[in-house]
This record gives sequence, structure tokens and C-alpha cells, in this order.
Amino acid sequence: MSGARLEVIERNCKGCSICVEFCPKNVLEMDVFLVTVPRPEDCIKCMQCELLCPDFAIKVHDE
Amino acid sequence: MAYDYEKSIRPGKLPHIWCPGCGHGIVMKGLIRAMDTCELDRAKTSIVSGIGCASRLPGYLDACTLHTAHGRAAAFATGVKLADPEMTVIVCGGDGDGTAIGGNHFIHACRRNIDMTYVVMNNYIYGMTGGQFSPCTPTGAKASTTPYGNPDPIFDISKLAIGAGATFVARTTAAHPREIDKLIVQGIKHKGMAVIEVLDDCPTTYGRRNKFRSVVDMMKELKKNAVPAKAAAKMTAEQLQGKFLTGVLFQDTEKPEYCEMYQEVINKAQGA
Ligand SMILES: Cc1ncc(C[n+]2csc(CCOP(=O)(O)OP(=O)(O)O)c2C)c(N)n1
Ligand code: SF4
Ligand code: SF4
Ligand code: SF4
Repeated sequence: MSGARLEVIERNCKGCSICVEFCPKNVLEMDVFLVTVPRPEDCIKCMQCELLCPDFAIKVHDE
Repeated sequence: MAYDYEKSIRPGKLPHIWCPGCGHGIVMKGLIRAMDTCELDRAKTSIVSGIGCASRLPGYLDACTLHTAHGRAAAFATGVKLADPEMTVIVCGGDGDGTAIGGNHFIHACRRNIDMTYVVMNNYIYGMTGGQFSPCTPTGAKASTTPYGNPDPIFDISKLAIGAGATFVARTTAAHPREIDKLIVQGIKHKGMAVIEVLDDCPTTYGRRNKFRSVVDMMKELKKNAVPAKAAAKMTAEQLQGKFLTGVLFQDTEKPEYCEMYQEVINKAQGA
């Protein structure tokens, strides 16, 4: 499975960590109050992070 | 892939005012997807709310929006729909707005079976004003006004809507995002009063008082206790203890819709 390009809109992210906790592949991590994407190659494009982010702050792009 | 929510949001409105982890943002995304699926013309779509954190939702959306008085969303929405029955009318707001101060407007809109879709964001609390208990605060739970635990029994919003006469009633949660748009779409397509109850989270005024370590714990709890109505039919009362049903809970396509009935009154009065 090829990775996805994950876009974090830093201005919108409030650091709730919902995306990190519900990602089934451990792609994301919190850097204190901002989400980071240390393992994009593991992403299976399940969309959970994008669907559950309350803040319109993470997008999963096909790439 | 990545969903284009931004085209439905008024420019410059993000980030929104809701707290980190507040489920209202998840519901707003579901509503946007539902409006897209139904290909709603935003100039013919009215989104109406009262007051509360949940009721801030319409202010973000590029449509014909009305932010009205506390508890009065259903009344204003009734006015919009009767004035122009061609409008698609969507109401959104909290459990406090809809079932406490606005309880009467809510049940009478249900009784009339007027064609609108009411999305109740039920986070069991008055979030905006600091966490006073609402009619949906679970018995025993802590609120700023029930420091020893809430003695009151709750309103089950979905059952209340069915009992009052709504003809499409469904429930889901902020932890089931795909079901939010699926049910709102069904509600919009249904002719008559549709109530979609979305169990939601308020980490700031409810979660922290009620031993949830984080918003993630609140979302996990929502996932754990949701039972699809179809699956529940095969479960015992014991297995259903502490659970709530999700999916379409009630639909009646026979009951007359209010605007159509009112049109008959207009026809008679005009001697047609
Ligand atoms: C007439 C009137 N009474 C009281 C208030 C104060 N008030 C503002 S929002 C609110 C409760 C909102 O709770 P809910 O609808 O559950 O929404 P939430 O903030 O939890 O999303 C109250 C009591 C008001 N604005 N107007
Ligand atoms: S799309 Fe799924 S796998 Fe990829 S980062 Fe988001 S939650 Fe994780
Ligand atoms: S869910 Fe959204 S707001 Fe929360 S940490 Fe992830 S990107 Fe940020
Ligand atoms: S107080 Fe509660 S309902 Fe209001 S924005 Fe914060 S988390 Fe959401």
C-alpha cells in the first residue's frame, strides 16, 4: 500500500489528539499541542483522522 | 480523497470557536457532507439555530442561516418553511436549547410534522454557560449545578420526538462520523419532521467533571455503548443495560405533512 500525503492545517489544529488515537496504523503523533505525521508511508487512507478531526485540520490526499 | 469542506464554509471563519475535541465540529462536517450528497442549492437552504455552543454552527456555513433566540429555533424554522415551502430547512442546536428552554417548540414542531430536519447535538450539558445540567444530563452525573450528582431522570430525545409525532427519528454519535451524514441525508429526503439525535461530547464542562481523562475516552465510551437498532432486536435486556440504540429508530411515511395541510387552508380561504 503506497502512502498518502497527509496535510495538517496548523492554524486549525487544537491538539485534541483524536486523530492520533483513532488512527489504526499509528501514523500520527502529538508534538505537545500540534499533530505531526512521522509515518506517512504506513497510512492506509482509511480517512478516520480526517472524518473525526473536529477542527478541519487534517486532510488525507491521494498520492 | 481529501474532502472539500471549505467551499461550504464562510471565508475566514476557521478556526472555529469550539474547544479542543468538542464534537460539534464533527457534526458540522457530517452536515456539510449531507448537504453535498443531497446537492442542496445553498440559496434555497435555510439553517436555523437558537443559542448555545451547538447553535453557533450555522454561522460558519455558506447558506441562508438564522441564529435566533435561545430555544426558539424550531419556531423560527417553522416560519421560514411556511413562508417558503420550497426551502430546505435544517435546524441544529444543543440538548439544552432544544429540550429545556425550547422543549415546547421542539415537541410542537414534531406534532405538526412540518417538513424540516432537526439535528440535535446532545452533549448532555449546557456547554456554553459553564456546564449546568440539562434535561439530558444522565442521572447521577455531575454538572456545575449538581455537584452531588444529578437526581433527575433524563429525556430520551429520540423517544420524545417519536412520542410527539415526528415521522423520521434516528440516532448516532460524534464517534460514528459516516453515520452522521447518512442519517441526515435520509432526514432531508424524508417529507415531514425528521429528528437526528447525535450524541456528542463536551470535554470542557462535562468530561472533566465526570472522570473522563480525555476527549478520546469520551469518544471511546460513545463507540462502546452504541448498538445498531437491528442488532439490538437480538439482544437481551441485560445485554442492553447502559447501551443506546443507533440508526433509524422510527419512520412513518403516511402522516400528512404540515405545509401541505396548511396549503389546503389557504385554498379554502381563497375560495379555490
Ligand atoms: C433566554 C436565555 N436564557 C438563558 C440563556 C443562557 N444560555 C445560553 S446557551 C445556554 C445553554 C446551551 O446549552 P445547549 O443547547 O445544550 O448547547 P451547548 O452549549 O451544550 O452546545 C443557556 C442556558 C440565554 N442565552 N438566553
Ligand atoms: S487515513 Fe487512516 S491510516 Fe491514514 S493517517 Fe488517517 S487514520 Fe491513519
Ligand atoms: S483531530 Fe484535528 S485538531 Fe485534533 S489533534 Fe488531530 S488534527 Fe489536530
Ligand atoms: S464548552 Fe463544551 S460544547 Fe461548548 S465548545 Fe467547549 S466543548 Fe464544545
